[in-house]
Amino acid sequence: MDLSCTPEEEQFRARLRQWLGDVLPTLPPKPSPDDWPARRVYDLGWQRLLYDAGYAGLHWPADAGGRGATPTQHLIFLEETERAGAPYVGAGFVGLLHAGPTIAAEGSAEQRARWLPPILRGEQVWCQGFSEPDAGSDLAALRTRAWRDGDDYVVSGSKIWTSHAEVADWCELLVRTDPSAPKHRGITWLAMPMDAPGITVRPLRTLAGSAEFAEVFLDEVRVPVANRVGEENDGWRVTMVTLSFERGTAFVGEVVACRRVLGELAREARKNGRWDDPLLRRRLGRLNAEFRALWRLTQWNVSEAEASGGVPGVGGSVFKLRYSHARQELYDAAACVLGDEALDLDRPWVLDRLSSLSYTIAAGTSQIQRDIVAERILGLPKGR
Amino acid sequence: MRFQLTKDQRALRDGVRQLLARRFDREALRTAVQRPGLDRALWRELGEVGFFALRLPETDGGVGLGLPEAVLAFEEAGRALLPGPLVATHLAAGTVPGAATGETVVAAVSGGLVEWLTEADVVVGDASGAVPLRSVDPLTPLHRVPAAAAPDPVAVLLTAAEQLGTATRACDLAVQHARVREQFGQPVGAFQAVKHLCAELLVRVEVARAAVYAAAVTADPADIAAARLLADEAAVRGARDCLQVHGGMGFTWESEVHLLLKRAWVRTRRAGADTESEELLAAELMA
Ligand SMILES: Cc1cc2nc3c(=O)[nH]c(=O)nc-3n(C[C@H](O)[C@H](O)[C@H](O)COP(=O)(O)OP(=O)(O)OC[C@H]3O[C@@H](n4cnc5c(N)ncnc54)[C@H](O)[C@@H]3O)c2cc1C
Repeated sequence: MDLSCTPEEEQFRARLRQWLGDVLPTLPPKPSPDDWPARRVYDLGWQRLLYDAGYAGLHWPADAGGRGATPTQHLIFLEETERAGAPYVGAGFVGLLHAGPTIAAEGSAEQRARWLPPILRGEQVWCQGFSEPDAGSDLAALRTRAWRDGDDYVVSGSKIWTSHAEVADWCELLVRTDPSAPKHRGITWLAMPMDAPGITVRPLRTLAGSAEFAEVFLDEVRVPVANRVGEENDGWRVTMVTLSFERGTAFVGEVVACRRVLGELAREARKNGRWDDPLLRRRLGRLNAEFRALWRLTQWNVSEAEASGGVPGVGGSVFKLRYSHARQELYDAAACVLGDEALDLDRPWVLDRLSSLSYTIAAGTSQIQRDIVAERILGLPKGR
Repeated sequence: MRFQLTKDQRALRDGVRQLLARRFDREALRTAVQRPGLDRALWRELGEVGFFALRLPETDGGVGLGLPEAVLAFEEAGRALLPGPLVATHLAAGTVPGAATGETVVAAVSGGLVEWLTEADVVVGDASGAVPLRSVDPLTPLHRVPAAAAPDPVAVLLTAAEQLGTATRACDLAVQHARVREQFGQPVGAFQAVKHLCAELLVRVEVARAAVYAAAVTADPADIAAARLLADEAAVRGARDCLQVHGGMGFTWESEVHLLLKRAWVRTRRAGADTESEELLAAELMA
């Protein structure tokens, strides 16, 4: 077991740190978190800066436009950018952490050349059209239909909880292409341009007050067959690849951010006198243990992926389960530090506390993750 | 960075696991509960394979390995629920004659307690005025002492390693039972309520494992404190949930589940427990 970095890795870290120090002060002020058009511009602008500096798609394979960096270098990248308080991927989330890796793993050479460079350059925002009103946890129950008409699929149905749909250029869309097949079999993965005729996006307001996700209605939308990633009716397998990315790597950088928040909370508590309360102190101390351990688990998982090469395994579910609850505890502790001010939406951490409530739901609820851990890691029988 | 067990480390862990499976299996555990007392022959055998001298330099007759290896060995001891003042004797190797070879049994004051005081040949720390307790753990005799001893970071970490091993065993036992015990015409592990208990058992084990192994590599006091907190939680809650999964069977003296819980409880009272570690980690936030 070794936690030290090689000289090359340390060099990489030092260069990155230097670059972040130079570039972060030049960034414009962050837009309001619920102004998605402004966030789109801001988040893509940051991605472009990363691209120009050679940090875009760091861990993607070179033939997908990436830099072929090792998982450890990617980890260093996430650690340093979060520590420096650099912008979060934001609107780039689905493209960079989700659709992109899926296309890189499952797409044809042509598809990779078409979609991956613009994602890396920060020119496109992607959204994820998986969930439907009657197919959330039971994702494979989705009913949005697609049938062949010449060189196109014609798609009708609706999607829900589609994050950033309002500002997205592309949608990774799951559709049912064979209604008579068993439910996991007849599904296909399509890349749908969001400006195609027949698409209506109706923003949904979240409990935090912002319109971060939307309902998407699809009325005979034509999507070229060339936009299909993977085989027809093989979309479930492709999706499992996507989901393992979502659970495996998407939250990694956030652990570092949580550790930063914890330090800020301690300093705030010292300022307002609540630090003298031993119960609060101990609570923050325990959270320190929690996020340290989650960071170690990340390093462990990354080392394991480095050894086995590539797609993260179901171990991501173990991480996601613990992290999503820890994040909620962090912001509950923040509320203790703030006291009455925790009820003021203009105070820092209050919106974060609200948005943390989604972590045990989005990307597969905790209940579903526990099923995955129990059945796929522990080998317990299926059944209810 | 290669934060995975090396081949040598895996071999060491497997070696200790095999030795303990041979010398202290489930039957031996039951027998020990019926006739509590320290098995001196086993103690010497542990000494012979280098369990106590693991971190002693080779020039001093030790094995010359480091904290990560010690942690792996202690994890296996925790998994086997091996009784005795293992941590105290290990720490005494090189300073107390005979400790390294397992000839001498060394107990130590930790927090406000001493484990195995009357069976020990040597006691480290001030045990004057020690008063016996009727120990909750049938395999750990306990004395209270008036003067509490401050935590030694290595002892805190090795305790965490033992807790990790016990937590792992709790998870294994729960999963095994959930696979075979049938009710309502199917294995109870097919019921989501049971399945989710098992999943949480594993999550706590894996998070604790990452913390304990990392602390073994860095030997950083904050990492050690974090490891201890997570491992204590994994062992205690793991044993409780394991008991729940076993139903009425889990509440019997014959089942070994209560032994896991009781040992885990005893270890949570050693120096470096929750309050101390939480305060250390709180202070570290200000650093
Ligand atoms: C902020 C946010 C952003 C999102 N972004 C996207 C996105 O961009 N694209 C997208 O496609 N989706 C997105 N989602 C949807 C998300 O994936 C679903 O909300 C989630 O999978 C749960 O589905 P559901 O909401 O239909 O809840 P339901 O499936 O109706 O679940 C309701 C409750 O029942 C429980 N439950 C359901 N089935 C079981 C079971 N078998 N066993 C035990 N308990 C069960 C659940 O755990 C939950 O507690 C987002 C959700 C949120 C909150």
